[in-house]
Amino acid sequence: MRTVRRRYLALEIDSDEMVDSREFMDAVWSAVSKLYGEYGASEAGLTLIDYDMEKRFAVIRTAHTAVEIVRTALASITKIENMPVAIHILTVSGTIRSLYKKMAK
Amino acid sequence: MKRIYADLHLCPNLNDSKHVSQIISKASKLGYRLIAITFPSNLIEEEIWRLRNISKEAKIDLASRVDLKPKTPEELIYDLRKLRRRFEIIAVVCESKNVARQAAKDRRVDLLNFPSLDFRRRFFDRAEAELASNGLASFEIDMKPLLTLEGPARVRLLSNLRRETAIAKEFHVPIVISSGVSDEMLLRKPKELTALASLFDLDETSAIEAVSKNPLAIVKRNREKLSSRFVAPGIRIIRRGKDC
Repeated sequence: MRTVRRRYLALEIDSDEMVDSREFMDAVWSAVSKLYGEYGASEAGLTLIDYDMEKRFAVIRTAHTAVEIVRTALASITKIENMPVAIHILTVSGTIRSLYKKMAK
Repeated sequence: MKRIYADLHLCPNLNDSKHVSQIISKASKLGYRLIAITFPSNLIEEEIWRLRNISKEAKIDLASRVDLKPKTPEELIYDLRKLRRRFEIIAVVCESKNVARQAAKDRRVDLLNFPSLDFRRRFFDRAEAELASNGLASFEIDMKPLLTLEGPARVRLLSNLRRETAIAKEFHVPIVISSGVSDEMLLRKPKELTALASLFDLDETSAIEAVSKNPLAIVKRNREKLSSRFVAPGIRIIRRGKDC
């Protein structure tokens, strides 16, 4: 069986307020579903890998075919629980190790 | 060579200098190297120079822009005559068909902007595109409404943008993607803007050109024209003096 290729996205959560991981993932799922429907969201295979509320940093995993879908959905997020938020992609990588290596540079 | 990204439509509150500085530094942080701020048409030159200095500190280039909202073509011509030599970018918000047609064929207009919320007043059709393709005007798409609208309004906007970008591409009218925001939280990275452009079927190459090559070309062309050395397109003064 062919393995599913994945991509890891390091994200910066730009907000004045603290956003917890559940609220964050709900917002991401909701943005993907709004723009691409439940079918698109199911193809994205989103998973939260790492979340640091203090540093406003997150790592999510997605299918490599859905990177652009996720990028668009993340860019469309303007609010989480009525708090103004912007989510910016810092880097994209094929493995967690190389993602953190890129981040360290 | 590293690509240079530009956002030609930032609308900060010019009375709040802290807010202006914040939005400039945010744009710089997000990867833009050229921004344009919308100024009122009666603005004094010193204010532009003050903001240029702030931008210089943030390592970002600032272009001056004015948005014209004329009610008649005659008013547009009058405004262009008065303001063309004072601003690097002139955008026309086309609120009537006559104004849209005049703006598309007038070579002093840089950007054609259409009201996002009133769908009956989006006049970018094939006739408009044909006129614009013979002139110098580009079709500007503000991304702010895409971020702020929801539900049926956003669906309708996407549908209009899809039709309009297809027409612009067919008639080779340059597309410029701008943010059009006054709030720094709505600023997005250039790559994020190109990703959002995929929602109205703009291919990646065209979207990247719309945030880099096309806006840069407008500013470069106008700076050349506004320079004291400019004589005519392709002709400029190299040296002045008795020995020339």
